[in-house]
Amino acid sequence: MKNNGPFLQVSNLSKRFGGVQAVDSVSFELQQGEVLGIIGPNGSGKTTLINLITGFYKPNTGKVLYQGKDITGLMPYKIADLGIVRTFQMVRPFYKLPAFKNLIIPLYSPRVKRLAGGKYGDRDAIAIDLLEEVGFERESLVPYKITSALPHGYLKRMELAQSIAMRPEMVILDELFSGLSMAELASMLPIIEKMTLEGVTIIMVEHRLKELFRIANRVMVLNHGRKIAEDIPKDVMKSEEVKKAYLGTEVT
Amino acid sequence: MKTDAGTKYRKERIDRGIKARAEDIFALSSLQEMLYLLAPRAILVLGLLILPLYLGMYGKKVLINTAIFALLAMSWDFLFSVGMVSLGQALFFGVGAYIAGILHDSLKWSPLLTIPIATLGGGVICSVLLAPILRLRGVYFAMVTLALPLMFVRIIEATRIFGGTEGIHGLTSLPSVWFELYLSLAMVIAVLFFFRRLINTDYGLVLSGIRDNDQSVLRSGINIYWYKMQAVFMASAIGAFAGAFMTHAYMFVGMPAFELDYSILPIAAGVVGGTGTFAGSMLGAFILVTLSEILRGVGGVRIVFYSVLLVIFIVVVPEGIFHYLQRKYHQFERWVKVEE
Repeated sequence: MKNNGPFLQVSNLSKRFGGVQAVDSVSFELQQGEVLGIIGPNGSGKTTLINLITGFYKPNTGKVLYQGKDITGLMPYKIADLGIVRTFQMVRPFYKLPAFKNLIIPLYSPRVKRLAGGKYGDRDAIAIDLLEEVGFERESLVPYKITSALPHGYLKRMELAQSIAMRPEMVILDELFSGLSMAELASMLPIIEKMTLEGVTIIMVEHRLKELFRIANRVMVLNHGRKIAEDIPKDVMKSEEVKKAYLGTEVT
Repeated sequence: MKTDAGTKYRKERIDRGIKARAEDIFALSSLQEMLYLLAPRAILVLGLLILPLYLGMYGKKVLINTAIFALLAMSWDFLFSVGMVSLGQALFFGVGAYIAGILHDSLKWSPLLTIPIATLGGGVICSVLLAPILRLRGVYFAMVTLALPLMFVRIIEATRIFGGTEGIHGLTSLPSVWFELYLSLAMVIAVLFFFRRLINTDYGLVLSGIRDNDQSVLRSGINIYWYKMQAVFMASAIGAFAGAFMTHAYMFVGMPAFELDYSILPIAAGVVGGTGTFAGSMLGAFILVTLSEILRGVGGVRIVFYSVLLVIFIVVVPEGIFHYLQRKYHQFERWVKVEE
């Protein structure tokens, strides 16, 4: 698809839950292949914003344009079918099944079939290859292990593999790094860097700022549902308002 | 733990050595292992085929009734496996029963024609009826399925369509009681193996994915509502078959076809037998219907005994009788010395 506008354009997106304005007219743009970080204190509306973009919530006002096409309020499966794939903050895999079986559902999607030229191929084999790509050691039979026996770090990586399986054009990672050890993080960063090299556009919601600032081209800061800053990683924390949101105001 | 002459023993449970049981690849290496896996299935099928030969007329009728409830129970279990709690198997049953009755009454078609048509037609009608509520989950979905059959009864009563409160009498029965018996039993076996196979395919994985984490399935670009619709079609077609079959077995169709029994008993069967395996809900139906027949001799307090036994089942084997049996079959126990 060819168009000259931004890859993803979000304008004046708002969502209200009863008396809470979870997202308050947020606008931003994203070029193809960019990595945008979204940070903000707890409850600042980061996950709600993701849910609005991916169709899990319907916005009260505002628009989401993807490659020039209006995708506001489309069903989540349609948005995923267009190539915007998300991960979930809370992993909920099939605990009773072997690890690789968790990738069967994304591999079964119409999008994968279409992109593979109308046939699915050997899903089990593809699933195991994908898991190996995200660091499941095939020699030690980790992909074949029962999912409930896997540590948290593997489940997070499986979540990433599930979105890679969709052959996405854009990936939205919702706190992918939370709960990971430094070693696990170090092994995951190259996977994400590899995705960006392949031209995948990425939005990352993160609390792990150091790692985020290494990968992101730009960082957007949310507080109380409003965008309070957007800048390159080096400068974003310099804004007074961002400091206030993160550290609180001085008592006088 | 037991103690014998000062030495302590504890019970050790060991899984039998067929490794790939959790996966769909069976590494069968010997005739013995093949028999081990085949035995329970063979006993079930042969048992069901031979059992009628030893039953009197009354026993045969009870067995037919059991088979019908087993079908409804498996149909309920299937919807449950896809994350839909249905309180309305009576809807499927009643729609199938009425389609067969009306077609037979007005067009004089043979039961051999009306039953298949009612099966497919019932599946289509119920899917269309439930389509608007496929987005509802849990108890909200359950309430609507509970209300629909009750609503149909009142509509038939108020508008006097389809024979009104009288129902439609004098329908042709199936060729013989043997035919009835083996048709219903064959259907039970076919549905059992079909569902067990289906749920283990990749398609079945998507279906059970909808129950476990529907958001993750949505994120995978799969239209879960379309999949739920397919599941409703399969479940309701089976329920409709049961209804159409009973119409011809009783030679009558009327408002009782939408009775609450057809909704509640399948759920009880699923809970007693254990959900998710289909064999469990089938076993549950066999236990419950047989139990209710045995208790017939007790008279009026039958329902009390029945309820108490139901509670005992649920408290003693909460995982379901089938899961318990399955576990015992795949494990063996031995006493080992406790090292001190």
